[in-house]
Amino acid sequence: MDLASAKFIGAGLAAIGVGLAALGVGNVFGSFLEGALRNPGAADGQQGRLFIGFAAAELLGLIAFVVAILILFVVKG
Amino acid sequence: MAAEASAIDPMAQFHIDPVIGSGWSVFGYNLAFTNSAAFMVIVLAVLWVFMLGGMRRQLVPGRWQVAVESMTSFVSNMIDANIGPKGKHFTPYVFSLFMFILLANFIGLFPLAIIPGLHAFTVTSHITVTGVLAVMSFSIVLIVGFAKHGLKFFSLFAPHGTPWYLLILIFPIELVSFLVRPFSLGLRLFVAMTAGHILLDVFASFIIQGLHANNAIGPVVSILSFAMVIAVSALELLIAAIQAYVFALLTSLYLNDAINLH
Repeated sequence: MDLASAKFIGAGLAAIGVGLAALGVGNVFGSFLEGALRNPGAADGQQGRLFIGFAAAELLGLIAFVVAILILFVVKG
Repeated sequence: MAAEASAIDPMAQFHIDPVIGSGWSVFGYNLAFTNSAAFMVIVLAVLWVFMLGGMRRQLVPGRWQVAVESMTSFVSNMIDANIGPKGKHFTPYVFSLFMFILLANFIGLFPLAIIPGLHAFTVTSHITVTGVLAVMSFSIVLIVGFAKHGLKFFSLFAPHGTPWYLLILIFPIELVSFLVRPFSLGLRLFVAMTAGHILLDVFASFIIQGLHANNAIGPVVSILSFAMVIAVSALELLIAAIQAYVFALLTSLYLNDAINLH
């Protein structure tokens, strides 16, 4: 296998991480909704924590995206 | 790089080109007024007009004043909830940060390209800009932390009631997680903006390529991509607001660490 095709396969594999982060972000919002529907009175007070959890889960997916972009555009093949 | 030369390069929208003064140089550095700088000036002008138009202090506020007041009270509520009364001094900084990022994200999405020869530039899609914003927040945290608590600031890395044998493990972990904050803060905003604009550009190029394809499936792809571009644009407006909010929220959380020293 030549280096150029290995590069594209590697970038594709790195992009899987973005999908896995989608699971995490979905879990954050899903769990929040589940709790918020049980106790709507407490939901507004927890929005800050919701977005902190969202930011932490999303960051890992974004890093996977950065790795894919680095493999595609920075690595010389 | 690209498979065909005719394909539209989704990275072209992030190129920084000089607008005026491409030959200006100081000490060997090129100091041209670039499209990035131009859009920062536009963001600043829009922010100024927005704020000056709304700061009227009328007893019965008009629509504009309500818009400005809802933004300021949103940020000051966030500061109150996360830092407490001691954080009042930092409201102007967090507010400027939030408004600048929010407007830069929104103006970057502005469909300026319908005028030939122009295209909108997202200031926050470059890590040089978001990195400087993140380092600015981080240095304020360090300065405030050391000025307020002196060397006691290092107790941030050793939570209360940790046994000494765990401290050997926890101190380096907390230190690393503290030092990585400016990178994660800047990287998050930069990548979220870049990824969104690449996504928009890729689907937009599908529309054009579908119209140029000489088969029956081409127009179908074009119509589906057009619907997708509309949906992604709506998503991008949401992401632009969320990322500005997350940046301001995390800044206020880090300031809380420095001020109240958990």
